Order: sequence, then structure tokens, then C-alpha cells
Amino acid sequence: MAATNAFDELWGASRSRQARPGFEPLAKWLTDLPPAEMDRRQQAAEAAFRSLGITFAVYGDEEAAERIIPFDIIPRLFTAREWDNLSAGLEQRVQAINAFIDDVYGARRILADGAIPPDIVLGNSQYCIPCAGARPPHGVYAHICGIDLVRTGADEFWVLEDNVRTPSGVSYMLENREAMLRLCPELFETFAVRPVDSYPELLRETLHSVAPGGSREPVCVLLTPGHFNSAFFEHSFLADNMGIELVEGRDLIVDDDKVWMRTIDGPVQVDVIYRRIDDSYLDPLIFEPKSILGVPGLLAAYMAGNVALVNAPGTGIADDKAIYSYMPEIVRYYTGEEPRLPNVETWRCREPKALSHVLENIEKMVVKLVDGSGGYGMLVGPTASKKEIAAFRDALKAKPHCYIAQPTLALSTVPTFTDHGLVPRHVDFRPFVLTGANRTTIVPGGLTRVALREGSLVVNSSQGGGTKDSFILEPDATEGSAP
Amino acid sequence: MLSRTAANLYWIGRYMERAEFASRLVEATIRLSSLGDHVESEQAWRSALKVVGTNAAFERSGEAPSAFNVRRFLTLGEQNPSSIRCCLAVARDNARAARTALTVEAWQAINRAWQIVRSRTSPGGAQATLNLVEELKAEIRGFEGSLGRMLRSESSWFLHLGSVIERGDNTARLLDVKYYLLLPPGQEVGGTLDRDQWNTLLQIVSARTAYRHIYTGPLQPWLVADLLVFRSEMPRSLAASAEEAVTLLSAFAGLSGRQGPADRMARQRLARMQDLDIGTVFQGGLHEWLQAYVRENAALDQAIAKQFRFS
Repeated sequence: MAATNAFDELWGASRSRQARPGFEPLAKWLTDLPPAEMDRRQQAAEAAFRSLGITFAVYGDEEAAERIIPFDIIPRLFTAREWDNLSAGLEQRVQAINAFIDDVYGARRILADGAIPPDIVLGNSQYCIPCAGARPPHGVYAHICGIDLVRTGADEFWVLEDNVRTPSGVSYMLENREAMLRLCPELFETFAVRPVDSYPELLRETLHSVAPGGSREPVCVLLTPGHFNSAFFEHSFLADNMGIELVEGRDLIVDDDKVWMRTIDGPVQVDVIYRRIDDSYLDPLIFEPKSILGVPGLLAAYMAGNVALVNAPGTGIADDKAIYSYMPEIVRYYTGEEPRLPNVETWRCREPKALSHVLENIEKMVVKLVDGSGGYGMLVGPTASKKEIAAFRDALKAKPHCYIAQPTLALSTVPTFTDHGLVPRHVDFRPFVLTGANRTTIVPGGLTRVALREGSLVVNSSQGGGTKDSFILEPDATEGSAP
Repeated sequence: MLSRTAANLYWIGRYMERAEFASRLVEATIRLSSLGDHVESEQAWRSALKVVGTNAAFERSGEAPSAFNVRRFLTLGEQNPSSIRCCLAVARDNARAARTALTVEAWQAINRAWQIVRSRTSPGGAQATLNLVEELKAEIRGFEGSLGRMLRSESSWFLHLGSVIERGDNTARLLDVKYYLLLPPGQEVGGTLDRDQWNTLLQIVSARTAYRHIYTGPLQPWLVADLLVFRSEMPRSLAASAEEAVTLLSAFAGLSGRQGPADRMARQRLARMQDLDIGTVFQGGLHEWLQAYVRENAALDQAIAKQFRFS
């Protein structure tokens, strides 16, 4: 369906197999590389990933408890101009997101000014009531944002989702690049690709910069739910590459509103926690009382200003799909500028008019649970069965406030190597935006996720998606050429 | 270093060593049982169960003590916590949790060893079992090799410390099960001394050539005991294990500037061994002495766990 008329990242909108300007060498590489060699490299990539233990646990699938995410060796390319536009838009959006979170847990100006309805914030399950009134060290809330972008045409990029809680996937950006350098070195001779390997160092600097004041060299740790978590590989990968301790809740104790980790030499005070567990498990005294993943007293230490939590608790409010629909207003309100990156048109089913529009057009729409993620609780109208559509209709009527709906976009495609040879497959793109005490940085790269099933628009790794390397080209490579 | 990470590393060291010991035990027992008749074969396998202290667990499984059943129990048995599969499962679990403290090489070796046994349901015939064990030994050697190339940091010390403590325990248990074979002249309890059995014993601790290098003359049972207890140039001897434990603990003390009960215990054990010889041990009873060694080794293990706050 959508694949036939979607914009292709390599071929553009043309059906003529004429590569976009600057991308011709990739087209030539695809033509020149014998299928058997392509196949060999694809398998070498898989073997390398498995032996390194780059696996992804899928919930509810005991058999495949440790699956590797399929990796496709055909890269997705961005011109320097495309990247410049995207990064300016990302910076603007993340700046607004941080200002928004600071505001809703502080002065609440945006609500007082009526720019967005107060109940959508204050009555939101993602609004962290215990966090209201606290300001994190240096005023940064969403230090790490993974903004999901999709593309529908040469100059048509859209923000699909703002992941501002604990976005994952950055290790795949780094490992995919490693794999590409090893398996397809000739591509890096052909293209001037901007490196991504500074990400762990930039992340380390970001963590250091937000440490609460003091003269000590800050101690940063990465807090993981443990090695049964689906993203554990990434947790250990990042801790390892930053040279910081990978801790579990049971390794930390709170005493005198300060956080300590248990080491072989006794307790050591911790200043910054890059936590990869959800808010609700952070502190059993405040949130989910049965959680054993968190640390009792952690929120009190945070409120006392003795530890920085990255991201800060409560950032989920800006990650909510109902809030998402107001993001253009939010960007305008805090930056005074028009959003450089548009939202996908979104119907809030809580509004009766929107609901009837969605119910009428459900076959053409994507319907999402407001607080769902990872592709769970989602209906893609054009590919759904009659039964699934009926179930969603009932759910929509029963709990309209729990859903939003968007038109089904013809996501751009990238040639992908499959059992059926080279075929176009839909992709999205998640760059990672770092905000420290002094600056915002974006590594030139990101995670390109690809829906491996024909026609599928769902790219989530938990739903059978794969990944590709994303090449951001140096400016001179495409100088003077049209997009 | 996190106490939990230290514990993870220590247990990786112990379980990889245990897996290796079990592999060699199976290998040597297959050779030994192929030399005798049916009865002797079953005896050899029963004795192997005893060496790793799993005879009770095997009886509970209700299986007939045939060579095949015991072979499967020792290699892949899920109810046998000392089976190669279970050792590798625990080692890999610990390795996943302590991934950042391991080198890619060390992790890969553990992971590959686990992949070999994870979906295997039967060790196959004697030849297939030998192949399986050979494959596993190669991966475990790869793991040991990777330790040698690791940064000489706390991580590598805890891995080594775990394997050293485990090695002492394994050798002592092995000797204890076979002690009646090792008595000096005039004290034989098991009838005729059996060259095959000695050879098997030496093979389990890969000491066949070592024996020839250190002692001249024919194979003497009490010298086998001397080799495995007192010869510190023999890596799997109790003396070498005691010595290495002292060296590793001193390395920590040198770094942190502090010593604890485990340091003292390890030094005292070594000092006592240096004052002893095999003749004196035989006078007091080899069996009793080995039992005391195993107990003391366990006490040292506990002292290490306490000193480094493992739990």
C-alpha cells in the first residue's frame, strides 16, 4: 500500500531509479554489490551482534526472551542541509519542553494565561504531584530527549512523539555504526559521514554539568532495573563507555537525604543518577510501594537538592500524547517563535467533534492510547482487521479521553535487504538531544527504525521492527545541491 | 567498585572454574570407564558423582545410575546445581549483571560456552560427550586467557580470587574421594593399587606431565598426594591455591590500605601449610586433613564475602 507512493530516502519521489542528488554513490553501491556478498555481510552483522550479546528482551515472549534486533546494512542518508534544519527544530522543541516542565511544576504561567487547558496538565496521570514545587539542580528536567521524527516528502518532516522520560535506542546508533565501519568500510570512503562516537563523552559531560553544587568531583551512576530488563544491554553499554558505575536500586541507600552506593570500600556519595527506571518505581516510599527496583528515600534526597535525577521525575507530563497535541502552542508560548518542526495533525478524542471524526474515519487513521508506548495499545487503521477495528471503536466510545488519533502518514521508505531482495520499507528516525547546565547538544546521528514487514508502519523493535545506520553527511559533500 | 559487582565477578570466577573441573571430571571418567567392565564403569561414574558432591541429588532424581544417565546429569542435569550447564547458566547470569566490569572477550567466551549447552538436551554417546566437553573446555580456556589480558584491576582480582577459592575446593574434594588410592606402602585399603585410577586422577587436574617433570621413578601414590597438596608449582595444588589467595588479597590491601579477617585467615592457612609435609599429613590421616581444608576454605569464602560486603 503506502510503500508504492511513499517518498524514498534514496530515490526521492521519482519512480525513475534516479538517486537524490549526492546519494548516487549509494545507488551505485547497491547495484554493484552482488546479492551473495550482501547476504554474507548481513549474516556477519547478525553473528557479531549475537556474540556481543546485543539483545533485546521482548515482553510476553518467553521463547524469544533474548532476541537480537534485526539490523539492515543499507544506511539511511541525510544531507547536511536536512540535518541543520532538523537540529534547529529539535533544539527549539527541547528548549520549550524544558521550559514547559519547569513551568507546570512551578509558577504554572501557561495555565494561568490559558494557553492550554489546565485540566489536561493537572488532571493528567503523568503529572507528578509529589514533584510540584521542586526545582532540579540547574533547572534542567529533560536532559535526554529522543524525538521521533517521520518524513513524508522532500521537505516534510513531522514530530511523531517526544520521548522525554527515559528514551532508549542510542546504543543501537553507536553499535550500528561500529558494524557498518567493519562490514562496509567502502561506504565511508565514498561518503563523508559525521561521526557519532562522541555521544558517551557528551552524555558524561551533560551528567557532570547538572551535579548539585559543591567542590567534589561529582560521582555519576547509571541506575538500571537489572539485567532482565529489555534495555539492559544499552544500560551496561552506556555505563561502560562513560566509565561510570552501573547500579541497581539495592546498591543505593539514602541516609540523611543523601544518596550513597555500597562499594567494597564502604559507602560512597552519589551526585547524579542517570536513571533508566520509570518514575513510578523510583522510590517505594512515594510511588509504587511494592517496587524493589527503586531506592527508599530517593525522592526526598532529590527534593532536598542533594542529587540530580536524569531525567528529573515528572518529565512524563511532556511525553503524554494529549499534551503532544498542544506542543505547537507550547513551543510558541515559551520561545515566541513558530515551531520549526510541525506536529502530525492530531485529533483529541476527548473532544466530541474529534471523536466523531475519528469514529467515521477509523479505517484511515492511527489510533493511540494516550499513555501507551512501544507500539502497544495502538491501531493502524489501514492494516487492521475488522475485529481489531471493532474492538477499538468500542474502546473509543467507552474511554474517549484515553485516545488520540492521527491520519495514517505515508512514511518515507529506504531500500532494505530482505528475503525478497531489495525492497522499500518504511522508516522513522530518533535523534537524541542532550541538555546540560550550559548547553544543548545533538550528536549528528540517531536511530533509524525500519518496519521489516511489507507495508507495515510499525517500526517498534518490540513489534518486529529493525534498525539501520543513519549517515549525516558533512556539509561539503552536498554543497550547492538541491535537496 | 560496587560490592554487588565484586560478588558477581567472584561468582563468575568460581562457576567457570567449577564448570571446567566438571568438564575434566567427565572426560577422565569416560576414559576410565572404558578401561573396565560394566561394574567398574558404574563404579567410576558413582565416584565422579561423589567428587562433585552430587550423589544425593542424583539419587533424588530417581534415575538408574547408568553411565549415560550420570554423564547427562553431570553435563546437562538441570537438577544438578554443579552440572556444567547450571554452572555456565549462573556464570552467564552474573556476567550479564557485571557486564561493564568484564572485557568483551571475557563476556563472549562465557556467552559462547553457555550457547553450547543451552539448548542441548542429551550429551550423546561417549564420543559425542567427549566432543562436547572438548568444545566447552576450549571456550573456558578462552575465558581464562581473556583474564590474563584484562587490566590488572579490582575486576580481574575478584575473578581470580573466585577461581582460586573454587580450585582449592575442587582439588581437595577430588583427593578426598580418592584418598584410599593415595596411601603410602603398607596402608592400602583398596586392595591392589590401580595405575589407571592414578592416571585418571592426574588427568582430572591436568597434572600427568607435571608429575613426570617433578618426580623421577615410577608412579607412587603418596607422591601424587604430595603433588596435589604441597607442590605450589602445580597450579591446581592446594598450596598454589593458598598462595594465590594470599597474593590476591594483598593486592587489594595494597590498594585500599586496609586489611581484614580474610587476609589474616589466608596468611595463616598458607603459613601452616608451609610448615607441613605429606608424611605428617598421612600420620594424622589424609581424609581428616582434607575435610579440615574444605571447611577452612569455606570459612575463607565467608570471610571474603563479609569483608567486601557481598550482600
